[in-house]
Amino acid sequence: MDFVGIVESINAKFGKDFASIDEEVSEETVRITPEQWGQLAPFLREEPELFFDAMMCITGIDEGEDSENLAVVYNLHSMKHNHKLEVYVSTLKNDPKVPSVEQIWRIADWFEREVFDMYGIEFDGHRDLRRILLPSDWEGFPLRKDYEFPETWHGIVVNKMKEGWE
Amino acid sequence: MGIAVEKELGAFRGEEMVLNIGPQHPSTHGVLRLKVHTDGEIITKIIPYIGYLHRCFEKHCENLTYEQAIPFTDRCDYIGSMNNNFGYAVAVEQLMEIKVPEKVEFMRVIVAEMNRISSHLLALGTFGLDVGAFTPFLYCFRDRERILDLFEMLCGARLLYNYIWVGGVSHDFPVGWVEKTYDFLDYFEPKINEYNELLTYNKIFIERSADIGVIPSDIAVSYGVTGPNLRGSGIRWDLRKDDPYSIYDRFDFDIPIGTGAMGSVGDCWDRYYVRVRELEECIKIIRQALDGMPRDGDVHATLPKKIRPKSGHVYSRTESPRGDLGYYIVSDGSDIPSRLKLRSPAFTALSCLDEIARGWMISDVIAILGSLDIVLGEIDR
Repeated sequence: MDFVGIVESINAKFGKDFASIDEEVSEETVRITPEQWGQLAPFLREEPELFFDAMMCITGIDEGEDSENLAVVYNLHSMKHNHKLEVYVSTLKNDPKVPSVEQIWRIADWFEREVFDMYGIEFDGHRDLRRILLPSDWEGFPLRKDYEFPETWHGIVVNKMKEGWE
Repeated sequence: MGIAVEKELGAFRGEEMVLNIGPQHPSTHGVLRLKVHTDGEIITKIIPYIGYLHRCFEKHCENLTYEQAIPFTDRCDYIGSMNNNFGYAVAVEQLMEIKVPEKVEFMRVIVAEMNRISSHLLALGTFGLDVGAFTPFLYCFRDRERILDLFEMLCGARLLYNYIWVGGVSHDFPVGWVEKTYDFLDYFEPKINEYNELLTYNKIFIERSADIGVIPSDIAVSYGVTGPNLRGSGIRWDLRKDDPYSIYDRFDFDIPIGTGAMGSVGDCWDRYYVRVRELEECIKIIRQALDGMPRDGDVHATLPKKIRPKSGHVYSRTESPRGDLGYYIVSDGSDIPSRLKLRSPAFTALSCLDEIARGWMISDVIAILGSLDIVLGEIDR
């Protein structure tokens, strides 16, 4: 199924303005809120015509220092129908919360832990949400644009990242 | 077998013991720590701890220009560097809408498939090593050495190549390289039988790997397991065929899948044997590419002076020796990516370890880990 068909079948289920296509950003992305994602995710997995059984990637994004939003991007793929979908879920920086899909796609377990690790986005319903790549007592979320590097960690001096490269 | 043993011993269930494997342990293929909960010899739970090799790849990339990120991709999966370069180049070219010359496409396929052979040889050798067969490891490294020599002749580096650039490759093939590659293929093709005699059909090896650590196909898909691990579970899925990038749609090759010849579909032996069969397919592709490659042409013809993609994003994936290697790149119109995410196949393969290793013995976990062919550089990035 092509992208327009996928959006139509989503809108047929949840109402006609549920998923909107933002042509300014990308023509192949569905942009929704975290609440909508909680409804949409099981539907995408179970609906026989869509049947997105594989989660390719989950990416956290900081929309920039001026923006108030963080975002989580889900890249889905259907092994059966061989079609793809990208879902862009934006959430607020001061209270980042997105429903977890860890029990729908098992790989989301580690991917969501990684996004939490790097951006501090809380995934509601995740059974084991803790840091994965960084040490458990690390402070702050490094991939946020306003992250400030610590000067020391357990007495070890952390090298400052250079401003631009010569 | 594992579950049957667990049932049998159920009445004698003893106290749980927690065993720590790694981070410094030769069979963890790098620095991986496994916290293994055991009941006697039987695994009840495994908690992997990763991140010992975390080098902030994604954070670094937000401060580097697009060209400067290429050497970093080398260091993510240091066994299959060409394939990592390839995936990155394909992603950025998609973002910039560059079409590279025909000759470059062929060259990229040749080096990527050569690297796949060398990566699989390492995987086969170390898997044998994990289950106690030392000799095949030496045979695999003997042949891998020849590929590294060819790569050294090509770009000076033996492990971290920085060869495939956005819009081209760094050097044309040196004089005599193509002939040497033909010679290597002629030399290498009969050697596959040697591995089969040494390891594949070895009774002890089969006992250690057949029927062990079965990944059912639905579990594999749900956990995002890709590449030879997924094909070992009997799913015929290969990006080179099913979602072709570059010029892979022009080549004639098969996709080997696990058949359960020695045990059941999706066991360690199947995953191992898929890699052996893929060696043959790689040889097929390289031969076709060497035959069809245009001999003239400038490999720097479409190299952009400055990489400055217009704002937008792309998710592109390619088939690395370990599976789907994805790059999610967000561009804000400057010469520095605003976000670069690497989706590594080894990361997803490792995440299903707990699910498939439960109920097996500790020595089986080493075999399962070896058959998954993980590279910690890519998991931790």
